[in-house]
Amino acid sequence: MAQMMFWEAVRRAHDEEMTNDPLVICMGEDIGVAGGTYKATNGLFAKYGAERVIDTPISENGFTGLAVGAAFLGVRPIVEIMSVNFAWLALDQLFNSAAKVRYMSGGQLTAPVVVRSPGGTAHQLGAQHSARMEKVFMGIAGLRVVTPSNPRQAYGLLKSAVRCNDPVFINEHELMYNMKGEVPDGEYFMPLEGSEVAREGRDVTLFGYNISVHWCLAAADILAKQFGIEAEVIDLYSLSPLDRDGIRKSVSKTHRAVIVEEAEAPVGVGSEVMAIINEECFFELDAAPVRVSAENVPIPYNHTLEKAVIPDANDVVAAVRKMLGK
Amino acid sequence: MNSADKKRLLREMLFARRFEERCYEAYVERKIGGFLHLYPGEEACAFGVLEAARPGHDYVITGYRDHVHAIKCGADPKEVMAELYAKETGSSKGRGGSMHIFDVKHRFMGGYALVGGPFPLAAGMAKAIQMKGGDEIAICFLGDAANNQGTFHESMNMAALWKLPVLYVCENNLYGIGTRIDRSTAVIEQYKRVSAYNIPSAQEDGQDIEKVYKAAEKAIKHVRSGKGPYFLELMTYRYRGHSMSDSNAYRGKDEERMWSKRDPIIMLRDRLIEAGELSKDQYKAMDTEVLEQIEHEIIAFAESSPEPRVEELHKYVVAENDPWVHGGVQGGVRGGVK
Repeated sequence: MAQMMFWEAVRRAHDEEMTNDPLVICMGEDIGVAGGTYKATNGLFAKYGAERVIDTPISENGFTGLAVGAAFLGVRPIVEIMSVNFAWLALDQLFNSAAKVRYMSGGQLTAPVVVRSPGGTAHQLGAQHSARMEKVFMGIAGLRVVTPSNPRQAYGLLKSAVRCNDPVFINEHELMYNMKGEVPDGEYFMPLEGSEVAREGRDVTLFGYNISVHWCLAAADILAKQFGIEAEVIDLYSLSPLDRDGIRKSVSKTHRAVIVEEAEAPVGVGSEVMAIINEECFFELDAAPVRVSAENVPIPYNHTLEKAVIPDANDVVAAVRKMLGK
Repeated sequence: MNSADKKRLLREMLFARRFEERCYEAYVERKIGGFLHLYPGEEACAFGVLEAARPGHDYVITGYRDHVHAIKCGADPKEVMAELYAKETGSSKGRGGSMHIFDVKHRFMGGYALVGGPFPLAAGMAKAIQMKGGDEIAICFLGDAANNQGTFHESMNMAALWKLPVLYVCENNLYGIGTRIDRSTAVIEQYKRVSAYNIPSAQEDGQDIEKVYKAAEKAIKHVRSGKGPYFLELMTYRYRGHSMSDSNAYRGKDEERMWSKRDPIIMLRDRLIEAGELSKDQYKAMDTEVLEQIEHEIIAFAESSPEPRVEELHKYVVAENDPWVHGGVQGGVRGGVK
């Protein structure tokens, strides 16, 4: 196992898949000559050339649609949209074309396109560069949504996404590209459906995804050391479809659930996980499930205000202590 | 184009006209649901361009007024009608409808219902053709009003920048839904708009199939020879409203009468009769034969076909049994988390 940064893991997956299949291409703003805003395609332009590593104009809906059309004919595009905030502009092509074409053609045509895009609140980027959009993508039939929480997942999910015959949206995080972690030395394909147990526990389940997995793990440490509470952490790396079995199994074991999301609460991952708990294992519960979510405001520029919007490990600890009365 | 070709095209256009008129009747009878956008009046555009192209070899994509383009590409009209009847035997197995006819085996890559949506899809197909090195081209048919979408400009820019083998055909029928072009569009002549992207273009009479054919031949030669995109504007008119829910109240009867005198089928028919290559009786016989084919083969097939089964509602949402969804198979060993 090699230690590798998140961006290096993404880059390695690109490189291997492009070597494996000459029809794999990547495209996006500044990904070629400039090497990518987050270095995820660094060096690939020199290795594979301008035809396969494509610097696009700033036309998100246009180049996403172009990728979808190329995918119709067997090309496997990996599209980088520099920020999920810009992905709003590409929703027409992603939702109306990529996600629906298999169904509305009666299975004749499919759009195996991968769209990677970082979101989340970083460093005072303001309302239009800090959105967390997973809630929007995960409600669209025909589109798979995954969100890696570490370099291993970033590598393995991208590898599988490129080969899968469905369109896949990969939600990354602007603050996580320099995170280090172990990645298998050999090729590694991660399932696009499911969840992972990031930490075992018996008293409460903390559900997280992407960056909030790390808040959950930090909270679980504090809860164990200071309060004698053993929290289980479930990493919901697949947001569409959500892992109903994994959610049911963990809640049936701990009987308590806290869902931790960076996004604001309405119509989000938390509300969906709560609905699944109700449907799958309501009578296993010893306490009403709780969401730890962002405040429902556009992200403010001011640093103190920005911090006040987004939850952290302490908020998770407080929610668990309240639930358990400790 | 020789005399036999012209007679065949006359029959093909007449067939398309009668097919669409029969759709109208079926819609009134409530056999066809949803939105229905009909093509009468514009036939010379699709038939002229695709006659000059290689249907079944070139990749064709369009908007929601798509039945006739699919048929000219090689789609079985029985399957197109069955799709309109929402039957399992339809080209999209009853899941698509009038606006989403697909026939991928004949490279008709579909009808799409967001105005301007196919512009970048066509550019993407052209990108794939370019990468694979084939001699196919992508052909995208859309109406004039689509040119006011952002995708028009984004796609023209990329197609020109990367010299993509794509022909954009603008069927300018003068109306975007119910708004006349001069009330929605600053530059009326659409072929001029692509000059901003250095894309060669032309405007042609879209009612005269021989002129359309010649203009398309030139355009296709340009695209197929690797010189990049081309934009062909065809001036045409739709006799029906935008869709069946349109009363046509926004335009005058004089205008409609004027265009009916330039009917693409009548013009070609009269030309063939004047040249002594077709008699009036032969034309009538052709029409009778077309009407019988539509009624006895096509409508009968659609009527008698089964509906899709509710048990198969979830089929076609995602790929079935895709190994990569479950971590794939690498060297015979299943990947994923151990």
